[in-house]
Amino acid sequence: MHADPAVEVTGLVKRYGSKTAVDGLDLTIARGTVTAVLGPNGAGKTTTVETCEGYRRPDAGTVRVLGLDPVRHAAELRPRIGVMLQSGGVYAGARAVEMLKHTAKLYADPLDVPSLVERLGLDSCGRTTYRRLSGGQQQRLALAMAVVGRPELVFLDEPTAGLDPQARRATWDLIADLRRDGVTVVLTTHHMDEAEHLADDVAIVDRGRVIAHGTVDALRGTDSTLRFDGPAGLDLGELRKVLPDGAAVTEPTPGSYRVEAALDASLLAAVTGWCAGAGVMPDKLAVQRRSLEDVFLDLTGRELR
Amino acid sequence: MTDFAPRPGAAPVGRMLLAQTALETRMLLRNGEQLLLTVVIPTVLLVLFSTVDVVAVDGPGNRVDFLAPGLLALAVMSTAFTGQAIATGFERRYGVLKRLGATPLPRWTLLTAKTGCVLVTEALQVALLSAIALALGWSPHGNPLAVAALLVLGTAAFSGLGLLMAGTLRAEATLAAANLVFILLLLAGGVVVPLSKFPGAVRSVLELLPISALSDGLRSVLQHGAGVPWSDLGILAAWAVLGLAAAARFFRWE
Repeated sequence: MHADPAVEVTGLVKRYGSKTAVDGLDLTIARGTVTAVLGPNGAGKTTTVETCEGYRRPDAGTVRVLGLDPVRHAAELRPRIGVMLQSGGVYAGARAVEMLKHTAKLYADPLDVPSLVERLGLDSCGRTTYRRLSGGQQQRLALAMAVVGRPELVFLDEPTAGLDPQARRATWDLIADLRRDGVTVVLTTHHMDEAEHLADDVAIVDRGRVIAHGTVDALRGTDSTLRFDGPAGLDLGELRKVLPDGAAVTEPTPGSYRVEAALDASLLAAVTGWCAGAGVMPDKLAVQRRSLEDVFLDLTGRELR
Repeated sequence: MTDFAPRPGAAPVGRMLLAQTALETRMLLRNGEQLLLTVVIPTVLLVLFSTVDVVAVDGPGNRVDFLAPGLLALAVMSTAFTGQAIATGFERRYGVLKRLGATPLPRWTLLTAKTGCVLVTEALQVALLSAIALALGWSPHGNPLAVAALLVLGTAAFSGLGLLMAGTLRAEATLAAANLVFILLLLAGGVVVPLSKFPGAVRSVLELLPISALSDGLRSVLQHGAGVPWSDLGILAAWAVLGLAAAARFFRWE
């Protein structure tokens, strides 16, 4: 385990014309971890990742990947990282396995191509040209190309976009195995369950900055939501009196109630006790911790952009 | 079970160059439209115009003695310029160049591989066209080294212009423009129609085109048995320097 981080981005600014895509972004990613970068479309995720990959020159700030400047030390860095672009990257007329074999030839000590092909279920389409592969097959080929050179660090830009559940599961398993074997993984995604399932750390990016960064547990916090159904129009002021300060009680739709608070057994008892006193049966009573999606929507807003 | 434990490293550059050249060549030979351009059109023109009296040829010998050098020049243009521009334009469009840029493959190795692919294809074209021309009664003259120098400089000139187009225009625009230029230069570059048929003022401009310099140079050696055609080599060298420098300056990888 290295003490120095795999990726260290400080004050990154990147503009395209008058549009600022990344606006003072800081991000540190520890070696050997899986980090999910979340954010609405246009938040600056891809620009940040592509700057780490050496495709773009920062307008301000510094980027260090495995201790190297991705632009100035590109030749030294490239053999050590694996890259999966959001789309494309393969000759339209190349066959799937042919392209993977070719990519393997560019590295000193690549993975065994046939076993990687089998593992990602590409054997059935090995002789199909890229333009005739399904979207999911193209994604899996791009993933295979990203890992075939045995990199220390892989950048996966939306690796499961458009995959069916089986292929998605295979991709998750592969990412878990990368982590097991000490590979650092940085992935962008729109799937909250993917981040919850895979990531040691989650970075939420919005308007070109990291607005939250931590483990999934830390981001979800200790606040929970208690929901129950009952007759519409209960006197919530009365209920609030038996709850500790800071607890929020709402009736988002008639007859459906939400209590948001640091939930424990005594708070649950207080709610059910009040219901019993009021002669109300709390139907569909459920306790839920805040999901990552709740955190994400709270931080980035619910309106469409 | 696959072991993903990191063992990073670039392959030796010679291995990368060989693999990339082989892949580029396979991609080109697998592409039907490219084969139409590089093999079918020059072959058909050679056979048709050598056997049927539809174009007025120039100079000593059989019809094929005038046509064969012109079609060798056309073969060079079709592969180094038209084919390379279209293929590279679409590779850029589909992110192939971008993705390769994240592998250990250095850019100069990629460009060298492209040149290697062009030279392999041209060698196949020259062999095929020469065999057909000989069967049609072609009797080539002159110094093979002068011919080789013309072909190499012509390739450099057309590659520079093709890469300049592929690296600056959208892929669809490159496709259209490269084909248009191919047709125009086929007609107005001394390939099948002698430049002597054009009015003097037009002719002196057309003579400065790379295709005219290449076809005229090849013809003066192969048909007339002349020595080294320095002025044609000079024109090709100037285009090569201009084209390659502009390509290096303006080529955008994404």
